[in-house]
Amino acid sequence: MLTYALTFAIACFALALILNLWRLATAPTMPDRILTVDTMVINIIALIVLYGAKAQSAVSFDAALLLAMTGFVSTVAFCKFLLRGGIIE
Amino acid sequence: MSLGVEILISALLVIGGCFGLIGSFGLLKLRGAMQRLHAPTKATTVGVGASLIAAALATYMATGVANWQGVLVAAFLFLTAPLSGLMLAKAHRHLDRPTVPPTGTGAPWAGERPVKP
Repeated sequence: MLTYALTFAIACFALALILNLWRLATAPTMPDRILTVDTMVINIIALIVLYGAKAQSAVSFDAALLLAMTGFVSTVAFCKFLLRGGIIE
Repeated sequence: MSLGVEILISALLVIGGCFGLIGSFGLLKLRGAMQRLHAPTKATTVGVGASLIAAALATYMATGVANWQGVLVAAFLFLTAPLSGLMLAKAHRHLDRPTVPPTGTGAPWAGERPVKP
């Protein structure tokens, strides 16, 4: 039962990534693209964590933490660039 | 692993996967840009949160070692999701200028009542 649930969750997040790619290709404005990339990072974090549960290794949690940090910093930096024309003032 | 724990982990996995899919589908389906900000927050909080709890429980049940990085990832995501949402809303408000009609044509501007003759 656990194997089936893991496979279902991984398939759901993979399908969500495909939907995100579609949104990224057809996004109308620039903040939409930033939001889509942020959502892709969230989905990839979930995929990494679920792979760690499937392979039963604790290393993948560190990779997920690293990706969460870089995803947040990149989103805020891109928004700051759109707002002010520069990142560090 | 007992049956109750296995049912709990499976339910958490199914809930997390469904919420992640719903968040991305809402990002694709909703109309306005401000509405589109709303959908992926469900994937961030419930989707990834349930997946993290399920993965931490599964690795603890399999190896017997409790790892706290999952809690750290969940706390970091819960802290940073409102901040990135705020920055995205600010960027949208900054870039989305309302279109006004040209002057001299008699068309009313935004918020103005048309002048009665």
